[in-house]
Amino acid sequence: MAATVPDLAAPRDPYARRKTTRSNYELYGWIFMRASGALLIVLIFAHLWVNLVSGEGVNAIDFGFVGGKWANPVWQVWDLVMLWLAMIHGTNGVRTIINDYAERDRTRLVLKLFLYLAFTVVVVLGTLVIFTFDPCPTDAAADLLPSFCSSLPG
Amino acid sequence: MPSAPAGTLYRGREGMWSWVAHRVTGVLIFFFLLVHVLDTALVRVSPEAYNAVIGTYQTPIMGLGEIGLVAAIVFHAFNGVRIILVDFWAKGPKYQRTMLWVVVGLFVVTMAGFLPRQLMHVFGGN
Repeated sequence: MAATVPDLAAPRDPYARRKTTRSNYELYGWIFMRASGALLIVLIFAHLWVNLVSGEGVNAIDFGFVGGKWANPVWQVWDLVMLWLAMIHGTNGVRTIINDYAERDRTRLVLKLFLYLAFTVVVVLGTLVIFTFDPCPTDAAADLLPSFCSSLPG
Repeated sequence: MPSAPAGTLYRGREGMWSWVAHRVTGVLIFFFLLVHVLDTALVRVSPEAYNAVIGTYQTPIMGLGEIGLVAAIVFHAFNGVRIILVDFWAKGPKYQRTMLWVVVGLFVVTMAGFLPRQLMHVFGGN
């Protein structure tokens, strides 16, 4: 009797999925949206507090205000991380919306090309601005500059 | 293949409308972000160029626009926390409706704090 038992798979054998060529790209995107979103709440709420709520709010913002903030490396890194996370988070969100509503292949392709172009331009420009910013340009009127410029030698 | 699907997947109520509002606020914030990086980039042009553009942010109309921007950000942030809880908290899906009303409540409280402050900055002359 035992010799005639057919070769059956064990009842709880894991279901062998056919090998797929797809990656886990969308899964990582989904995780990124949640992780970056949580961080962005802290980054952006502090940004809004410092720039819009505290002191004179939006009225206090001028070239000197920005120069004063970026004289501190903490705000440079803060703004850099905020720029990159917000741009990737927002670009991925708009990509999802394009995929949902643009039904024609060509429309989707064109819209996403514009989206990725905008992403590249804004991220590269923003990053360069944070790191190449000169708070005390020599040809500018002193009253437009942060107060520490006047104490610099030369 | 017909381009318009028969019937609809949209279920209405808190779940769908919070999802719609999350999309709308997300797109609005994204387009502001593009403009905001460009206007900040003017610090590399000259102090005068930057001050001229940022000066337009201090006008009453833009001051009201900033209220809309902050409202969009606050809703998107709080509803984002709700989405994370729906996804990762075991009881999240069960309480998703309740959590939306918590989001709305926190939104009202936050805006009640921001609104007078911003109106004072924009219209108060200080």
